[in-house]
Amino acid sequence: MSKLTYERIRANPKFKELVTKRTRMSWLFAAVVLGAYYGFVSLVAFAPQVLHMPLSSGRTTWGVVLGFGIVVLSWVLTALYVRRANTQLDTLNNEILRESL
Amino acid sequence: MNRLIAALAVPALLAANAAYAGPAVGEVQKQAMNIPAIAMFLAIVAVTLGITYWAATRTRSAADFYTAGGGITGWQNGLAIAGDYMSAATLLGLSSMVYFKGFDGFVYTIGFFVGWPIILFLMAERLRNLGKFTFADIASYRLDQTKIRTFAAVGSLTVCVFYLIIQMVGAGQLIQLLFGLDYIYAVIIVGALMMIYVTFGGMLATTWVQIIKACLLLGGGTLLLYLAFAQFDFSFETMADRAISVHKDGLKIMGPGTLLSDPVSAVSLSLGLMFGTAGLPHILMRFFTVADAKAARKSVLYATGVIGYFFMVVCILGLAAVTIVGTDPSYFEGGVVGGKLIGGNNMPVMHLAKALGGDVMLGFLSAVAFATILAVVAGLVLAGASAISHDLFANVIMKGKASERAEVRASKIASMTLGTIAVLLAVLFEKQNLVFMVGLTFGVAASANFPVLFLSMFWKGLTTRGALLGGLTGLTTAVVLVILGPAVWKTVLGHAQALFPYDQPALFSMPAAFLMAFVVSKLDSSVGAAKEREIFDDQFVRAQTGLGAEGAASH
Repeated sequence: MSKLTYERIRANPKFKELVTKRTRMSWLFAAVVLGAYYGFVSLVAFAPQVLHMPLSSGRTTWGVVLGFGIVVLSWVLTALYVRRANTQLDTLNNEILRESL
Repeated sequence: MNRLIAALAVPALLAANAAYAGPAVGEVQKQAMNIPAIAMFLAIVAVTLGITYWAATRTRSAADFYTAGGGITGWQNGLAIAGDYMSAATLLGLSSMVYFKGFDGFVYTIGFFVGWPIILFLMAERLRNLGKFTFADIASYRLDQTKIRTFAAVGSLTVCVFYLIIQMVGAGQLIQLLFGLDYIYAVIIVGALMMIYVTFGGMLATTWVQIIKACLLLGGGTLLLYLAFAQFDFSFETMADRAISVHKDGLKIMGPGTLLSDPVSAVSLSLGLMFGTAGLPHILMRFFTVADAKAARKSVLYATGVIGYFFMVVCILGLAAVTIVGTDPSYFEGGVVGGKLIGGNNMPVMHLAKALGGDVMLGFLSAVAFATILAVVAGLVLAGASAISHDLFANVIMKGKASERAEVRASKIASMTLGTIAVLLAVLFEKQNLVFMVGLTFGVAASANFPVLFLSMFWKGLTTRGALLGGLTGLTTAVVLVILGPAVWKTVLGHAQALFPYDQPALFSMPAAFLMAFVVSKLDSSVGAAKEREIFDDQFVRAQTGLGAEGAASH
């Protein structure tokens, strides 16, 4: 690709918009997953008794629920990310490419 | 064969379990021939060889060989990625951890899983948009071709070879255990099959072998899950309640125990797993097999779904085994409940299959475990061969002037060579304790490959000097810490006390690599460095928009 095309894309305000939106979403989602996971690991290391507590009268503990919750949270966030990136952001991306070529 | 005869001669002793009537030979015992397992395994091999034949007719160019021409769909690639990640070790090892340690095994499993969303959020589209055949393509995109490509190729090869040894030794022992085949034959069969897949079928065959195996593993796991739940009136509560009443740790299995009570180990392990995954060359290569960033994202979405589901299934199977296997004397040596498990500590899920579905289910799961190993080693050999033929031969030695035919030929020779080396090393390492190799593999991937790859995509300031010194620092720190740690210093070398108290080096070696890369790059005022920083802006546009990215070849 020619240097000029890259130059034109960088100058396009939509490119800035794309980068800002995608970067914000990436780091936000990554922070949420990492926060949840390392929060969980901290509980395992420093407050294991919390995870031993049963949910109600049964055998299922908070540990099991929170652990499973991390998996579900990861699923939900990956789905949200892909949906937004593959529709809204890709549309924007295609507009940028069309305008700059 | 003598052992087989001996095993068949003493059925009275172990009447109910002909399949387990092998004589005790240390940790791993060879078992009597398991006929349903062998039949199903042969069926799987026949299908995969058929696919390889089909793939061979479609594998002509270098792009075909390395990335299946970029023509894999998101779904297929998602299953293949999941297949690469769901090794026999995860099926047997994670379920066994839950069986013995309860909740701690579950925590460990989650650590294996959470790297995936992070890879999607931060890396998937950049990898696809910047990559061509190997991750060295990305790392050396704007840096010195010879130096950085050589470093990345060496990093890839190191990880591939270590990982191959782990998988091959595990394969040999597992096959010996499940099929009653001698270790040496088992290793040779695995080696020969993987060389056939890779050499003739390239990435297309490797991917389809991976997809088939992933489906078999998911199907088998789900069936087993259903059968297990049926024993507990389809209630997790009942399953947990029964497990608590029979496990030696009782109520404690439903919460954290001693395994991860040391926070430094826990964090170091999880860092190694998470970022090591993002530095495994055979996984990174999968991002180049799809048409565009859209498909790359989709493949991680499907992979995350499948891996998460499979890991949860494996944990529940481990819990079910506590009651079903843990109280049945026929699965313990000498019939002593709570004693040594027949076949060793990795066997709970195999015994569970036998208990729930008889010899047929056991045979099926054994065959799937074998197929799993085959698929994973094929992926590793392909990734290693690409580092040799594409990075070292075509780009570093021939400076990009090698003809495509020469490169394809080099890749095939490299596959055969690597396969042969893997078989030899597997024979050499048969009796070794390989725990340290896992630490080494993930340590090097997380501390040498990942920092260089990540910084080259994310940080404009990175220069060749910074990348090289940073990567080398990560590599040496990881290797030295593993050697000084308990797994090598104490277990292998026999010293009384380890000089470094942790098995996993990532918490220390990763920051060392990043810091060194940062400081050296900052201090680098050479002309070349300025140029490298300048190219970043164009690289950034390509990473974000996919403009100029390698397209899919038409088929």
